[in-house]
Amino acid sequence: MPENILLDPTAETAAVMQPRLARSQSIAGKTIGLLDIAKMRGDEFLNRLDELLTARGYTVKRYRKRHFTHLAPIELKQQIKSECDLVVEGLAD
Amino acid sequence: MQESIPETNDKPAFASATFVAFVKQDCPTCVLAMPVLRRIEDLAGRYGGTLEVHVQDDVSFAVGFSHASDDTALATSYHYNIDTVPTLIRLAGGQEEARVVGWRRSEWQAITGIPGLGDGLPEYRPGCGSKTMDPGMPARLKVKYGNTGLASRRIAVPPLSDPVETCYERGWTDGLPVVPPAEERVLEMLDGTARAPQEIIGRIPPNFAECTVEKVAINAVMAGCRPEYMPVVLTAIEAALTPAFGLHGVLATTNACTPVIMVNGPIARTLGMNAKGNVFGQGNRANAAIGRTLQLVVRNVGGGRPGEIDRSVFGSPAKYSFCFAEDEDDPRWDSFAVSLGYSPKASTVTIFPGDGITQIIDHISRQPDDLCRSFAGCIRAIYRTGHIIGVQAFLAIAREHAIVFYEAGWSKARVRDELLSLLRIPVREVVSGRAGLMGLTAEEKSDPDNLVPKFKNGTFNIIRAGGYAGKYSAIIPSIGGRGSIEPVTREIR
Repeated sequence: MPENILLDPTAETAAVMQPRLARSQSIAGKTIGLLDIAKMRGDEFLNRLDELLTARGYTVKRYRKRHFTHLAPIELKQQIKSECDLVVEGLAD
Repeated sequence: MQESIPETNDKPAFASATFVAFVKQDCPTCVLAMPVLRRIEDLAGRYGGTLEVHVQDDVSFAVGFSHASDDTALATSYHYNIDTVPTLIRLAGGQEEARVVGWRRSEWQAITGIPGLGDGLPEYRPGCGSKTMDPGMPARLKVKYGNTGLASRRIAVPPLSDPVETCYERGWTDGLPVVPPAEERVLEMLDGTARAPQEIIGRIPPNFAECTVEKVAINAVMAGCRPEYMPVVLTAIEAALTPAFGLHGVLATTNACTPVIMVNGPIARTLGMNAKGNVFGQGNRANAAIGRTLQLVVRNVGGGRPGEIDRSVFGSPAKYSFCFAEDEDDPRWDSFAVSLGYSPKASTVTIFPGDGITQIIDHISRQPDDLCRSFAGCIRAIYRTGHIIGVQAFLAIAREHAIVFYEAGWSKARVRDELLSLLRIPVREVVSGRAGLMGLTAEEKSDPDNLVPKFKNGTFNIIRAGGYAGKYSAIIPSIGGRGSIEPVTREIR
C-alpha cells in the first residue's frame, strides 16, 4: 500500500506547511547553545561567536555532532533543549 | 497446433472489427480460449480486422499474436472495466459494441460472427477473476488511473520518513499510532457506506467545522476501522452532534467524561462487537475502533484537543475509546433500545456521557431487595454522596446479578423504580454552597429531613453487559442532565 501521500484528516484550517518556531525577539538573559556540526571551519565561526557572546556576559554552551553527514542524535537534541534557550548551528565549508 | 482455415463460408460477420481480449495465464478458461483467439486473429486479419490480446500476468502467454500487450500494470484492464477473464470485446469506431466474459461457445460465435468457432471445446466454462479484482486492487487502480473524487488535501510524507511518524508530527493522533490514511484505504473505507463522500454530516465542536463523510472515513482508517463499521460510525457521530447530547460541553468540561457509544440490535452481532466478558476493555476491534473514530473526528475535524478546549482535570482512559454492545441475549428483559420503542430488528446507536466505570461487587445478595440496596449505596456515592444536580448514570448489570432479578420475576422497570426510591437523599446531606442549596425548591428546602432524588435532573438507565462469571455490575457515571447533556439514540439506516 503506497503511503507517500496521505489524506488530511483535519478541517484544513491550518496551512499544510507547519510554521517554524518563532524566533526569539531578544537574547537578553538567554543561555545560548553553539552546535558545531563537525564540518570544516565551522569551529572558527562558532569560536568567534563564543568570544563575542561571552564578552557581553551571555552564558554559552558548546556542543558538537560526531559528523556533519549524520543527524544529531536524539540525546544531543534533548540535552541542548534542556540546557539552552537558543541554539546556533555553524554550517561552513 | 494452429487449426487450418477454410477458404470459404468462413468470413466473420464482423470481419473488419477490432477485437480486444483480456486474459491471464493463471486462468484455465483463458488457456482453453487461446486457440480460439488465434483463430479470431487469423480470420479477422485476413479481412482487415485486428485482435489485441492484453495479458494480465505473463505476456509470454500470448507469444505469436501480432498485437500482444503486457498489461501487468492493469491500465488497459482498468480502462475497459474488466472483472473477469477471458473477456472479449468488439469495438466499432473505437467504441465498445459488444463483450463476452468467460467462455460460452455460442456467445463467442455471435460476437465474432465466426460460424463453428470453438467447435470441439466444451459449451461453457466460467471465467476467472480479473487481476483488477484482487483484494485491495480496485482502490489502488482507482487512485492510479481514475478520479477518486476525494476532496481532502493531500499531505506528502517527507522522503525517507515513516508515515506513522508523519501522523504524529502533524498532531493527528491520540497518542497511539494511527493507520496512515492513504487514499486507497480511504476509498475502501467509503465502500462501507452508500453515502456520498462530500455529504456533510454536521459541524464538529469545538471549532464547529463541517464534517463530510470523507473526513469521517479518513479518521476511521486512522482509528483502525473496517469499512463495514462505517454505518455505526456515521450514526454515532450524528447522534453525538444532536444538540441534546451537548458534545461541546462533554469535550470542554473539567469533568473526566467522554462520549460513550452503545450499539443495540443485529449489527452488533454482524460486526462481532463485544457485549460480554471484558466488555468495556481492550481486545475487540469493532468496539475499539468505532469509539476511537469518534474521538479522532473530534480531535482532527473539530479541533478538540486536551489542554486546549478540552479542559478535563483528569481525563480518562475512556477518552481513547469507549464503545460496546449491549448484551441482548436473555429475552427476559428488553434491551435498552427496545425499551425506548425500537424494534428488536432495528440496529441503534446510543450515545451518552461517561467517565469510565466503577464496579459494584456483591457476591452475597441473593434477593433483589438486597441487591438493590448494594447498588444504591454505590450509586449514591457518584461524585459525592450529597451531589444531586448535574449527575447521571448508566448501570450495567452483568449476568449473575441479572439472574437474581430474573428469578424473582423483577422487570427492569421495577429494578429502576426500586433504585430511584432508595436513591433519595435527605436535604441535610446535600452540600450547601454560597448560594445555598442549588436546584432545590423552597418546599424541598423547608425541612432538612425532606428527601430529594439523587438524579434530580439527570437520567438514570439500566443496561446489561459483561461476562457471565461473577456477581458484578458497573456504574458508568457522568455529568449532565435533562436539557444539558442527555443520552441520544439513533437508528442505523
